[in-house]
Amino acid sequence: MTVETRKLAGLAAIWLLLVAAPFWTPLVGGYTALGDRVLVLALAAMSVNFLLGFTGVLSFGHAAYFGLGAYGAGFALKFLAPSTPLSLVCGTLLGGIAGALLGLLIVRRRGVYFAMVTIAFGQVLYYIAFQWSSLTGGDDGLRGFSRQPLDLGFTRIDILSNETAFYYFVLVCFALLVAIMGFVLRSPFGRAMIAIRENERRARFLGLAVERHIWIAFTLSCFFIGFAGALYALVNNFADPRGLHYSQSGDFVMMAVMGGMRNFWGPLLGAVVFVVVQDYLSSVTVNWMSFVGLLFVLVVLFFPRGLLGFIGKRAAA
Amino acid sequence: MSGEGGASGASEAEPTGAILKVDSVSKRFGDLIAVRDVSLAVPRGELRAIIGPNGAGKTTFFNLLSGFFPPTSGRILFDGRDVTLVAAHRRVELGMARTFQITEIFPELPIHENLRIGAEIAAGYALRPWISRAERAAIQRKVEEILDIAGLASKAHRLVGQLAHGDQRIVEIATALTLQPRLLLLDEPTAGMGDQETYAVSKLVRALHRRGDLSIVLIEHDMRVVFNLAERITVLDQGRLLAEGAPAEIAANSAVQAAYLGEAA
Repeated sequence: MTVETRKLAGLAAIWLLLVAAPFWTPLVGGYTALGDRVLVLALAAMSVNFLLGFTGVLSFGHAAYFGLGAYGAGFALKFLAPSTPLSLVCGTLLGGIAGALLGLLIVRRRGVYFAMVTIAFGQVLYYIAFQWSSLTGGDDGLRGFSRQPLDLGFTRIDILSNETAFYYFVLVCFALLVAIMGFVLRSPFGRAMIAIRENERRARFLGLAVERHIWIAFTLSCFFIGFAGALYALVNNFADPRGLHYSQSGDFVMMAVMGGMRNFWGPLLGAVVFVVVQDYLSSVTVNWMSFVGLLFVLVVLFFPRGLLGFIGKRAAA
Repeated sequence: MSGEGGASGASEAEPTGAILKVDSVSKRFGDLIAVRDVSLAVPRGELRAIIGPNGAGKTTFFNLLSGFFPPTSGRILFDGRDVTLVAAHRRVELGMARTFQITEIFPELPIHENLRIGAEIAAGYALRPWISRAERAAIQRKVEEILDIAGLASKAHRLVGQLAHGDQRIVEIATALTLQPRLLLLDEPTAGMGDQETYAVSKLVRALHRRGDLSIVLIEHDMRVVFNLAERITVLDQGRLLAEGAPAEIAANSAVQAAYLGEAA
């Protein structure tokens, strides 16, 4: 019972902090756009963790679907129609479908081989985005589009110039996706994912079609991260090839591991630390990444279950 | 098809009631022939032990039965149906469950969660994003029933990774039971156990067998367990079938004694 109440209190605290962010972040030297970045990168890291932390499968190329999501949203706004919801749908579909197709080729690989194939495929997409400048703008990125005001029928919300309104739009998107992830993880499907993480051989001899299950989990996580990528394009009104690069994938994995990959909310904490440290240090030194790396090493050495895993353990003790 | 089945078809559809029938099965790994032309039939409801010195091919044989890999030649029939090339997870759906020589469990989950996952997969819910209240309750009832049978009810909330080896073994067997198998394959269920744990596992296996319809095939090194439990014993040696019979016959069999003494020398 006390465990339940503690969980509820934790959840309430998380949502309260997120909902009130536009009011308290300026007081500690932050700004609203920082909150947008945290939410979007947290979504991406949570998508990676959906596979890594709950199925036990490490994809080191998930940025590919993140980047495709961003391009999908950009293309939709630029070439199809000036609609924010449509751009999210297009980005999600582009990332998710690409993931579903690649997933078919790699579900029999495991461990390092799985990670290597995901990197390789991500890099192929990166170079395509980089080279195909007539469509993607190449190294300069895709420009010339911007998120559109939301038309809800009875009212119109200006998420383009009103920063606070846009933050709440991103937060609603975040809440929606987090709810879907949480729902899947609490279902029989999610428990079977955890069974694969815990012991693949046992899961197989319980009669689970392990490869099919991993494929579906991989595909779902690509749809999730495609959505995060589409949202990222809306945050920046911009999409560029670096969003597909494996170093971006590495950042997502780092956020998940740093925050605590066995914990649903771990990647959110990881994203907060990553974005805040990056924002602060990058104004001080160009070598900010080496400090993030050092922090990562320290966390992995001293808190192998991540920051949230450590906090949870302390609270339980 | 039935018209021209004729004489050869009749032998396949034999009404012997064998839950498991193995027809001259061999398994070759490169130059090594791990299982060589082994045939056996296990009647429905029997408790059969497979014994043999180290390297006799017992575990390989088990892996063939459970579909871990296919045989190089020969046929395996489960309840009259040819399953030689059927994938492992499909054999489970047909009613064949197994445990492993090295305990295979979900260590970071509680006992009841280990069983719940098995019960949900067996019920065909693995792909469902949602189950109804009634379905959830039915799963819960089944899990509780198996917890009672296995004597685990009082520990249901403990993490399996933190249990003693003997209890982990029992959890593994209990998890296999959630699949409601008709044939249970146990690979060295008492390996590495002390007397008390061995006794607990033997007691559980006998209780399961007495519950009725379940056929059990087990590999075992502990001869006390084998002669205590088995109705019939199959002896493998160097991949071949050496002998088969009731425990008393096997104990008196000179070829079996020679194989075991040969190993000791």
